[in-house]
Amino acid sequence: MHAYLAYLAKRIGQFLLVVAIGINLAYAITHLTPIDPVEQSVAAVTSYGNAAPDAINQMRQSLRELYGLAGSPLQQYATFWGRVLHADFGPSLSAFPTPVSTLIWRALPWTIGLLVTSTLIAWACGNYLGGLASYYRKSRTLKAVGIVAMMLHPIPYYIVALILLILFGYVVPILPVGGGAAMNLERGFTFDYIGSVAAHSVLPVASLVLVGIGSWFLGMRSLASNIVTEDYVAYAELAGVERSRILQSYVMRNALMPQVTGLAMSLGAIFNGAVITEKVFGYPGIGTLLIDAVYAGDYSLVLGVATISIVAVSAGVLIIDLLYPLLDPRVEAV
Amino acid sequence: MLAVLRDLVRHNPEFRIGLVLVLLVLTLAALSFASPYPELDVYVVPPDVPPSSAYWFGTTSRGQDVFWQVCTAIRHTLAFGLTVALVSRLISLGVGLLAGYKGGFVDRLLMSINDTFIVIPLFPVLVLFYFVLRDNMSWLALALIMSLLGWSYDARLIRSVAMSVKTREFTQTSVFSGMTTREILLREHLPYVLPIVFSTTLANMNWSIGLEVTLSVLGFTDINTPSIGGMIYWANQHTALVAGIWWWIAFPVIVVVMAFIGLFLLSVSLNEFIDPRSRLARMGQATS
Repeated sequence: MHAYLAYLAKRIGQFLLVVAIGINLAYAITHLTPIDPVEQSVAAVTSYGNAAPDAINQMRQSLRELYGLAGSPLQQYATFWGRVLHADFGPSLSAFPTPVSTLIWRALPWTIGLLVTSTLIAWACGNYLGGLASYYRKSRTLKAVGIVAMMLHPIPYYIVALILLILFGYVVPILPVGGGAAMNLERGFTFDYIGSVAAHSVLPVASLVLVGIGSWFLGMRSLASNIVTEDYVAYAELAGVERSRILQSYVMRNALMPQVTGLAMSLGAIFNGAVITEKVFGYPGIGTLLIDAVYAGDYSLVLGVATISIVAVSAGVLIIDLLYPLLDPRVEAV
Repeated sequence: MLAVLRDLVRHNPEFRIGLVLVLLVLTLAALSFASPYPELDVYVVPPDVPPSSAYWFGTTSRGQDVFWQVCTAIRHTLAFGLTVALVSRLISLGVGLLAGYKGGFVDRLLMSINDTFIVIPLFPVLVLFYFVLRDNMSWLALALIMSLLGWSYDARLIRSVAMSVKTREFTQTSVFSGMTTREILLREHLPYVLPIVFSTTLANMNWSIGLEVTLSVLGFTDINTPSIGGMIYWANQHTALVAGIWWWIAFPVIVVVMAFIGLFLLSVSLNEFIDPRSRLARMGQATS
């Protein structure tokens, strides 16, 4: 038990470190770059013609406050952390006067749903197929799966999403390609609404799974093919243990732990993929919110989404880390 | 070196395919120097012409020849990937070698920073950078920013190799003969990690090019340097797909996908070559 607590403390410490460095990074980007966002906005407004100096000064003042640039550097830093800790980034400029946090809480469930579904499907299928491929080396079908996985894995999410969009949006238009659900439906736990949400998520989930499955497949195949040659596997085979049991409990079980660690390590990259995939399909999650906020020049929304993403992803990694001892008997025992 | 290449080509079909793809893409990039049109000029050819013998890949709605555009764009895109990979190699080598050799507190400190950079989702951070820098986000600035953020995964790999090299006898010999840490790392340990540095360079190029394409497609980069993502950005601006100008998107996508798969296959087969266990398994398969 003592060891588990130590493990717990270490993981939570790492989580806090990630959040601290991430938030400081966001602070550095917005405050320490030589470009002054206030002067840029002022220049953009004044370039359309002459304005009263009074009005410009007032605008400069309120913009400074909004961007958290008022006061001494130390005060600015404190303001910044205060905003992050309260998850209060002020009102959104593009959807005035809705607070940024409301917009983010509205979008977050969509992103989490998309990410969890696609990651679980990709991880489970990739690992299972990879284990099969390492054990049944001669199978032609599994070799073909391996080649497809190798071809799909290195392609960025955007390209795969774009190709699916073209295929199922223009060439064979059988699936909805925009939004999170049909516009004309009332939100709620009705059959129609849930069906529509499911139909709209098919393409985003499919593109995330297609890219994601490859790395789990290839990782599991190479991990498990080293295990397949171990003596204890040969012994189990000679002892007449069922092949499916050897594969699942003897081979894949042992290769699974590095794959869980791998999941924690690649969560950030998967999140990046989800952001752009959402934008391609106009899915109403965090990614679409972020990119549209940039186009709209909505500073507080961009900053809010960026910091919340850092916190959310590191929280996801923490959850996987905390589940790890439940899956690995060796950590539990000590 | 040549013998290694020959063996890889002979025994490893993945390496063969990867090599062919990368050479094809490199040829296109090299051809861009022979382009008859300046890279940024528009309306130099009739717009919206489908692929034909005169314009192999067709022309864009902005009156550019898609073939020459693709050649120039892939050159810039590859150069971007290479720049990021080389600069970030310096950081990951420094961190990986030092953490692996020093161990203890230094190792724990460097690795927790390292793991932090692995976890932080980079896309929102890069978008934030673009939002602040806007027009100042030049090609080089983006490359430097991505190098500073994208070294962590490979530093971990380099560290694991460095840790095993540390336990070898020659490390002790060098310590006893009075070499400084810097000398040991650079002269003794560096050669051992070079193979993995090489394979991670290719993987890192894939990573950075993927992010660059994604950012440029959204218009979040310097759109004055032609790149593959930038071409898709302009095609989307002119709603090329709805207008039926499919070649404007199809050819850049095909070429960049060739680059991705090629680089990935090269990096995977090099990795396999470095790991003697899988190399032996493959040779066993070849002879049986």
